Amino acid sequence: MELILSAAIGVLAASGIWLILRPRTYQVVIGLSLLSYAVNLFIFSMGRLRVDAPPVIDKIANPPVAAYTDPVPQALVLTAIVIGFAMTALFLVVLLASRGFTRTDHVDGRE
Amino acid sequence: MPNHLITLPILLPLIVAAAMIPISERSRILKGLLGVSTTFVVFIISVVLMRQAAEADAVPLVYLLGNWSSAFGIVLVADRLSVLMLFLTSILALAAQVYGMAKWHTAGYHFHSLFLMLVAGLNGAYLTGDIFNLFVFFEMLLAASYGLLLHGSGPQRVRAGLHYIAINLAASSLFLVGIALIYGAAGTLNMAGIALAFREAEPANRLLLEAGATAIGITFLIKAGMWPLCFWLPGAYSVATPPAAAIFAILSKVGIYILLRLSVLVFGPGSGASAGFGQALLFYGGLATIAFGMIGVLASQAMGRLASYCVLVSSGTLLAAIGLGKPEVIGGALFYLVSSTLTLAALFLLIELVERGRDAGADVLAVTMEAYGDAEDEEVEQEVGVAIPATIAVLGFCFSACGILIAGLPPLSGFLAKFAMLSGVIGGNPGAVTAAQWSFVALLIVSGLAAMIAMSRAGIRTFWASLEGTVPRVMVVEILPVIMLLGICVLFSIRAASAIAYMDDTADALMEPARYIEAVRGAVTVPPAEQVIGAKPVAEGG
Repeated sequence: MELILSAAIGVLAASGIWLILRPRTYQVVIGLSLLSYAVNLFIFSMGRLRVDAPPVIDKIANPPVAAYTDPVPQALVLTAIVIGFAMTALFLVVLLASRGFTRTDHVDGRE
Repeated sequence: MPNHLITLPILLPLIVAAAMIPISERSRILKGLLGVSTTFVVFIISVVLMRQAAEADAVPLVYLLGNWSSAFGIVLVADRLSVLMLFLTSILALAAQVYGMAKWHTAGYHFHSLFLMLVAGLNGAYLTGDIFNLFVFFEMLLAASYGLLLHGSGPQRVRAGLHYIAINLAASSLFLVGIALIYGAAGTLNMAGIALAFREAEPANRLLLEAGATAIGITFLIKAGMWPLCFWLPGAYSVATPPAAAIFAILSKVGIYILLRLSVLVFGPGSGASAGFGQALLFYGGLATIAFGMIGVLASQAMGRLASYCVLVSSGTLLAAIGLGKPEVIGGALFYLVSSTLTLAALFLLIELVERGRDAGADVLAVTMEAYGDAEDEEVEQEVGVAIPATIAVLGFCFSACGILIAGLPPLSGFLAKFAMLSGVIGGNPGAVTAAQWSFVALLIVSGLAAMIAMSRAGIRTFWASLEGTVPRVMVVEILPVIMLLGICVLFSIRAASAIAYMDDTADALMEPARYIEAVRGAVTVPPAEQVIGAKPVAEGG
């Protein structure tokens, strides 16, 4: 599982960076999204990978602490996803405004 | 009894900004007055906190959010450095908001809400003692700054905004990677806890921690504009509307603040194997930034670009001073930070006033004007507003004050700040100064010369050669903030002894990170309130 996850993060980050460096605004948006997926998975993996371990405290069964997975990275990922989503939406608006002003989707506003 | 005052610089602007959104844009003046009075209250709070922080004898004031112990929850920490930044930010925000009320808040929607959001984000970034909370406040101030940069719209601002947003989004991703690495290795997000984790780390973990610190450092170096991560800055700052550009002068200082805070806390004295990590990078990066900024200052044709490159020179100077890692230099550097930020904000506000009524091409020609002779025919643009008699004299006076402050000529605070840094470097023993430190001294002085040349060239072209028929119409409410900012610089020059004493105490307190760590780790939660008979028991935590 570690291998698959790290490969996925690597591929997402590499594709994201490549796309950010492209000249079209749409490619940059997709690149930033891919990069943020990679980062979110990375944060998630920093809480150590556990299978079948809940992050939320179960007051009824009350298992030992070692049975839980670390809840903090999951909370961090949630925050990061929300912020990343909002920023991508804002970026899309600016992209459209730029497209309207310059009549081109080049990041510099001219071919 | 916890000191609830610490939360107000964040909460107050945030609440007022949110409350302002439904108010119709037609009552802009009401919104503006509301915004200015909020910032004024934040200013007063920052003065009160400054007194408290100074009285507390270098023990930072710690506030446990939601009454969670600092091991689990988020803490707010107000020490001398963070309240100094609060103070500086509220002054700048006040000036920029008053300036914006004259004309610029009509250029788009929600100017005052965005502005207060930015202030709330900035104050949060100064006060927080938790690294992920720092990310949240940082995103908040960035989101507001995107809005402010795009305020007024137009192809140039949208293009610059596109670059600015893309770079900051990529930098934020890097910041998150750094946070994740540090959390993975240290198991905490609390800055004091991270500092302790660095002290006790195993070699394998230390590598991860240092990698995380590097990622976070690079994020803030992008924000501070260290060469070669600074190419976005002149483009963005020079097209922003003047009030936005004035508050952007402190945005790059946020990067400096975080770098200073984390580098002394985590890699400062007594931090074991990682001590001094990254200092050489900050120092040489700072020198390169000064050199790059200096060339930019000399080569700029438009005044907006000139001011943006001055921001880079100021950032570079501060980075190099932090990289030196001497407390005497850091005291001077803090004084320089305050003085240069106020000056640059005043300059950004002033430029638009000066350039009013000039030909659009006049700035571009200013540098190569000699080739064209004196045949200038600039038109007067009649603008609505009350004209001040002898406007040009006032503007010229302010402009030369800016020039003197930026170049660091006596008698104003720019000189005192540079002098304090230089005397910190050289100390009483010039023989012990290394070649690298001499190069810092030389660059500091030469960058002042370059700023002087560029400013006097721009000033002569604007105020002497084109006096006839080019008197811009300026409203009192526009020139007042500029005079206020410069007046504070003059005040800092007159009361330099007490100001520098405060900065030196701040630097000394910074150089003892153990105090910060102890204050945060030792902060006690408030015990549950005494139970009233018959009342429900008070639940734990927040």
